[in-house]
Amino acid sequence: MRTSGAIREDISTAPDGAAEAIHIENLHKKFGELHVLKGVSLSARDGDVVAIIGGSGSGKSTLLRCINCLENPTSGIIRVNGEEIRLKSDSHGNTVPADRRQIERIRSRLGMVFQSFNLWSHMTLIENVIEVPVHVLGIKREEAIATAEKLLARVGLSDKRDVYPAFLSGGQQQRGAIARALAIQPRVMLFDEPTSALDPELVGEVLKVIADLAREGRTMILVTHEMKFARQVASHVIYLYNGQVEEEGPPEQIFGTPRSERLKQFIRNIG
Amino acid sequence: MQDLPRRALRIPPHRIGLLVAASALVIFAALFMRWDWLPDYYGLALAGLWRTIWILVVTCVLGFVIAVPLGLAQAGGPLWLALPARAFCTTIRGTPLLLQLWLLYFGLGSLFPQYPWIRESELWPYLRQAWPYAVLSLTLSFAAYEGEVMRGAFAGVPRGQLEAARAFGMRRSAILRRIWLPQAIHRALPTLTGETVLQLKATPLVATITVVDIYAVAGRVRQDTFIIYEPLLLLALVYLCIAGIIVFAFRRLEARIPARLG
Repeated sequence: MRTSGAIREDISTAPDGAAEAIHIENLHKKFGELHVLKGVSLSARDGDVVAIIGGSGSGKSTLLRCINCLENPTSGIIRVNGEEIRLKSDSHGNTVPADRRQIERIRSRLGMVFQSFNLWSHMTLIENVIEVPVHVLGIKREEAIATAEKLLARVGLSDKRDVYPAFLSGGQQQRGAIARALAIQPRVMLFDEPTSALDPELVGEVLKVIADLAREGRTMILVTHEMKFARQVASHVIYLYNGQVEEEGPPEQIFGTPRSERLKQFIRNIG
Repeated sequence: MQDLPRRALRIPPHRIGLLVAASALVIFAALFMRWDWLPDYYGLALAGLWRTIWILVVTCVLGFVIAVPLGLAQAGGPLWLALPARAFCTTIRGTPLLLQLWLLYFGLGSLFPQYPWIRESELWPYLRQAWPYAVLSLTLSFAAYEGEVMRGAFAGVPRGQLEAARAFGMRRSAILRRIWLPQAIHRALPTLTGETVLQLKATPLVATITVVDIYAVAGRVRQDTFIIYEPLLLLALVYLCIAGIIVFAFRRLEARIPARLG
């Protein structure tokens, strides 16, 4: 998985050197009457690790899921690697992707890791990891298996390659899910509360894998409840409150010298 | 570890009791009942058995192929597809199979000859026989019941499984082929086992429209020889064996993916 460097070379670079991987501008999301996101903007350059924190119901998961259109934003601009996702209104007045092929192409370069793992239960671990490379990206099976074996070794699951997800612990499933996301050689990794569904003693093994990824300069957007972890790995922290960015900045500032009263209280409560 | 294989061979006492009882029944039947008619009907019985089996296999396979879109339409299709699918399933499941069979055979079957262009068509050699109507009605019946089973199976696949596929850019056709359908079928397998056995037990109805299956052969023996119980007992044994084979085959299929799915 050292190839990510090669991918980055062909991207036009932003003024300060790194290209903008994710750009979100004035994003709104409504579920019926419920206004979940009220004009959120976010930017992540290559190599950035953006941590999104906030209380439950603050809209942080929805924000992440809008990036690959698992939730369709109501309005706003989303650019992934400089390509803007084209949206349109359908007959019911909902905003939907205008071009299904475009959104499928963009999704196939975003490695998503879910709170509930969502490994495909009818496939063994290695089949899970090669599924998207072989059947979406058109990589040769042998090649995909070789890559998958390296990735499984990296997340410490070499001996589980032929095991079905139901026979793995939560921590093992989540590490497997990370390997599956890495297998598509993602430009950006999206983590949606990756440790929230885990038993406390299993959280560490998953965080360690994610921290390793951050250390090697992988671009990541991470929704998390693990404040200590966010402080360690993030290059930028966004605190969402009630669908808006209440405060953002480098982790030292957010956790060390928070200005907003709500953030201060949030950190006190959770710490 | 060494005495494990030997332990596996040891038969529990109640099994021995059952085996003794079964052997006693077989010996009693062989010694005290009339089986002299068997050689005369051997060929006919084999032909009937073969007909029962192929009708079962063909109608189950065809029916299932129709059931998948029926279930899909009801579980996730637009209203204009879901409503007709539901109407079809409800109608077929709500009326007796015998009635459907007769409506097709005596209804359509007597309607067709009135049209010269049908009588002159390539299909006429088939349409004037009974088995196409038997296959059609059994297929439709299986499709309707399994369509309902597949609706539940499709709907029962956890959302997250499909969401993960969407998140990685799979096309809708790929999601259906690679994730949704395999998981739905696996969920439906235990039910499908029972439904296939039920389908087996529905096949004797075809005897009422002159298709000579194994059940019809037993009836023929009774008419010819006035021997009643022996053919029926043998018939029961034959159906039991086929049902056993069906259950065994489906178990093997289920075992290919370990349980604790989802």
